[in-house]
Amino acid sequence: MRIADLPRYELQPEEVKRIDEIIKKYKGKKGALIPILQKIQKDIGFIPVEAQRKVAKMLGIPEKDVYGVSTFYSFFSMIPRGRNNIRACLGTACFVKGGKKIVDRIIKELGIEPGQTTADREYSLQVNRCFGACGLAPIIVINDKLYQKVNPEEVIGIIYSCKK
Amino acid sequence: MPKINSTDKAAKEVKEKEAVKIAGSSNTKIKIYINNKAIYTSPDKSILEACLENNIFIPHLCFDPRLKPQGTCRLCIVEVEGIPEAVASCVTNVREGMKIKTNTPHINELVRINLELIISDHPLDCMTCESCSNCALQDLAYIYDVKDVTYKGKIHEKKVLEDNPFIFRDNEKCILCGRCVRMCDNVVGASAIGYAGRGFECEIIPAFEQSLKNTDCVFCSNCISTCPAGALQPKPYIGKARIWEVKKIQTVCPYCGVGCVIDLHIKNNKIVNVSSEIGKHVNRGNLCAKGKFGLDFVSSSERISYPMIKTKEGKLKKVSWGKALDIVSDKLAAIKKKYGSDSIAILSSAKCTNEENFLMSKFARAVVGTNNIDHCARLCHASTVTGLIQTFGSGAMTNSVEDIKHSDVVIIIGSNTTETHPVIGYEIIRCVQEYGLKIIVIDPRNIPITRYATIHLKQKPGTDIAIILGIMKIIYDKGLYNEEFIDSRAEDFDKFSKCFSAYTAEKVAEISGVDKQSLIEAAKIYGSAKNALIFYAMGITQHTCGTDNVIALADLAMMTGNIGRKGAGVNPLRGQNNVQGACDMGALPDMLSGYQGVENDNIRLEFENKWGKPLPSRKGLTVTEIIEGASSGSIKAIYVMGENLMLSDPDILHVAEALEKLELFVVQDIFLTETGEFADVILPGACFAEKEGTFTNTDRRVQRVRKAVNAPGSALEDWKIICILSNKMGYSMNYNNTAEIMDEIASLTPIYGGINYERLERRALQWPCRKYGDPGTSILHTKNFTRGKGRFIPVKYTPPAEVVNEKYPYILTTGRILHQFHTMTMTGKVKGLNEIAPSNLVQINTDDAKNLGIKNRDRVKVESRRGAVTALSLVNSKIKKGVVFMPFHYADSPANVLTNPALDPEAKIPEFKVCAVSLKKI
Ligand code: SF4
Ligand code: SF4
Ligand code: SF4
Ligand code: FES
Ligand code: FES
Repeated sequence: MRIADLPRYELQPEEVKRIDEIIKKYKGKKGALIPILQKIQKDIGFIPVEAQRKVAKMLGIPEKDVYGVSTFYSFFSMIPRGRNNIRACLGTACFVKGGKKIVDRIIKELGIEPGQTTADREYSLQVNRCFGACGLAPIIVINDKLYQKVNPEEVIGIIYSCKK
Repeated sequence: MPKINSTDKAAKEVKEKEAVKIAGSSNTKIKIYINNKAIYTSPDKSILEACLENNIFIPHLCFDPRLKPQGTCRLCIVEVEGIPEAVASCVTNVREGMKIKTNTPHINELVRINLELIISDHPLDCMTCESCSNCALQDLAYIYDVKDVTYKGKIHEKKVLEDNPFIFRDNEKCILCGRCVRMCDNVVGASAIGYAGRGFECEIIPAFEQSLKNTDCVFCSNCISTCPAGALQPKPYIGKARIWEVKKIQTVCPYCGVGCVIDLHIKNNKIVNVSSEIGKHVNRGNLCAKGKFGLDFVSSSERISYPMIKTKEGKLKKVSWGKALDIVSDKLAAIKKKYGSDSIAILSSAKCTNEENFLMSKFARAVVGTNNIDHCARLCHASTVTGLIQTFGSGAMTNSVEDIKHSDVVIIIGSNTTETHPVIGYEIIRCVQEYGLKIIVIDPRNIPITRYATIHLKQKPGTDIAIILGIMKIIYDKGLYNEEFIDSRAEDFDKFSKCFSAYTAEKVAEISGVDKQSLIEAAKIYGSAKNALIFYAMGITQHTCGTDNVIALADLAMMTGNIGRKGAGVNPLRGQNNVQGACDMGALPDMLSGYQGVENDNIRLEFENKWGKPLPSRKGLTVTEIIEGASSGSIKAIYVMGENLMLSDPDILHVAEALEKLELFVVQDIFLTETGEFADVILPGACFAEKEGTFTNTDRRVQRVRKAVNAPGSALEDWKIICILSNKMGYSMNYNNTAEIMDEIASLTPIYGGINYERLERRALQWPCRKYGDPGTSILHTKNFTRGKGRFIPVKYTPPAEVVNEKYPYILTTGRILHQFHTMTMTGKVKGLNEIAPSNLVQINTDDAKNLGIKNRDRVKVESRRGAVTALSLVNSKIKKGVVFMPFHYADSPANVLTNPALDPEAKIPEFKVCAVSLKKI
């Protein structure tokens, strides 16, 4: 991944507010960096570069130390989610029932790989291993809503129909 | 096993010098066995260090004597009896009786595997690599014969970063030893780069992969010099030469007073790279951007390469040396005849060598017959000389750079150390992180080093004395003074002690605007330190009360007994490469070389005997008085060597008027400067890289300057020009080489008495070095002060000559920035430096800017009672409210149009650091 390839993202005012609150809450505590980043990841969905700069500044530590931590742990992501987050399943059951075809179809339509977000930030795509709904396989989850027994022909229609 | 390389030797020597280190260590030696051989070493050494100093080869990649060892590469492993696994020798200290085995088959096998692992993910393109033949990794691969990579692992596509003018990073070649990161964090203190990603993805990179230009990187190049592989390269020098094609000439950096020893890499009469021996010399191999990248000026096409005279039409015309010097000698003789010797003045140069300054002094006194000789030290450290000579008897740094690590507190007052003396800044920052050194910064701005400060007192410019008096009062009241020292080593304490009694913390806080509690805290920290150093520079000296500022610091140090020991003293940081030497050599109106007063008949007699001429006995004029004289008509001729008065002097509009009036103005320089524009005759000099000689750095270290390239055209070494001119004027001055001049210096200058080129060839010598065999002096005043007893002198706070009013409501303070130097005669020719620091910025406090409607990078007019300039604004809260800062480097926006020429009554130094200005957005 190259930072330069990331879509440009400007923090929304409410996100700025949220980040400030989070940093304030942990500031001064020992080992504050990781919990702060975790909380930002949870609340904003990813850890924007701008947020990391803010964290560095407010904690008075070099930016490279924040960046070092945010890139070290795989549960931190610097890629913003789209307004609509698509999670496709490639667990055993879904895979066997054609999950791969579904994922390929989405990739082709949206022009992004798993883990990426479209340039207009409308859609992001993730691939998971089993949601525990194998009986309904193959499934996809869009914005926390589950779609069952999806077939590759329908999937694009589903995606566009549930656009927020 | 093969011979050890130069880094190892360097490491050895450093460690030898550092044998007596921080607390707890002692001189006692312990006995260890390496490969069954008994060896004596000191207990604070690591096994690796002990082996290297005994020429026992141990492979290593992540060790650098400048850095705290970290033990990441695991190549330095050895077997130690009683320990089952191999141990990393760089992070394991020796113990009495320890039995160590190196290079055993087992160890060698492990090292091999390790090297194979490293090389399996390394591009094997030594043939085109910049570092070929200058690469520790390549050497080890050769030694261990690692060529076939057994682990055909994934080779990662790593990043190449080069979006900055100086540092080229190719992470494909990075072996992740972490040396560059440790260098940047722990020595330079910039923390510009770090690890990102994990496992195979791990790379060293600036945060967010941004350009180094957007980080705190200062382009010091020390990450490059520590990299054991070829991952980091000096961008401007890439592709210029292979290492085996160059001749390395060791000399001294021509910029600041730190006096870093540098190796110029020469190919075809050109400088193609600069390096410095690791772990050696005052800078231990560290450099700053100016020393590493700032030498393009040497081969600049703008160099003056032939003598010139000004025609009647005011145009410059090329002439022969004979013609130019005839004009100078004839005119000087005529002016001398008509108006007397004292109508002529000489300005010598802190950029030129000791030998040249000495000859200039001889020329002024013996040939012209005047004591009107001075140089730019007047504008920076004249008050240091007057202040410290009265209190201690010697006006120089009392300690050495190596001393910092022995100290537990340093006060940094009026010195933006990391920008003006970068390499001393690194040492302070390193000691903060490695030994817990505490820093008290007293400065109106959040200068970069405040990041490492325990306390920052952010005062109003010009209120330093009040603060120092306040600190003394607190120390006195709390009983933190050193009675024994005061009684046995100093005098006049009783008379003195009244001077601070009125300066209560409240009062001082009110005068200076610093926080009262922090003031008390600072006093306690300094007062209770075991060993404390004071570092100061122009923020102290460039005031109308400059001499008193210096005296106050000397008083403070004596009162607490912080002088004359390792890690305890008072240290003026000298700005120019050879400003110390120019003073030492007597380029001063009141002193002959070695601070011997011209008014002293016995001293004069000695010089007269040697020089065979009666010498003038009355003190001469200072720089500022010379300009005054030119303006009033009493000075008719000025001969200036290597100084640019037109940017460095205060109130330069006035200087211009004065120069216009001269009957003869001779300028000897390497470039046609703003000052040169006024010259009647221009004589092309040779720059530092084109001549032999010596410079004396800020800690009194006399170091050899060596010729590396030829001067352009017919330009000549300054000492030769002086000799020819002198001979033309009927006084014979003949030297075969500069070594002979040094011998004459030694014979007339007691503090240089033991210095000659033969000794300097082996090592630098710190004066006083009185006779052959004298090892030199790294710490002054250890038993007695130079003047016998230290003298306490009372001082009082006087406000600056110019205070703010309604019309000029802001205080302007001036200074330097890291990536330019002085009047930019040299740095102005370096493309990369100008990319980093392209234009003048006036720093304004955020609140002030808001009130004035000024945004960052708005164009602003700054006006004082003397003139106005415009500059772009730099708005931040790093500067105190009510204060603005401007560097004086830029000719298109010269800060010294604004500054106040008001003088310190004793030292005659102008008050560059305070004047009242108004600000307006335009
Ligand atoms: S040049 Fe100096 S400041 Fe910049 S990254 Fe290298 S070590 Fe750090
Ligand atoms: S760039 Fe050089 S010094 Fe830095 S980690 Fe890589 S190999 Fe080591
Ligand atoms: S610190 Fe001073 S002497 Fe050293 S390289 Fe930089 S400018 Fe030159
Ligand atoms: S495999 Fe897809 S839900 Fe279990
Ligand atoms: S030199 Fe000791 S581990 Fe690298």
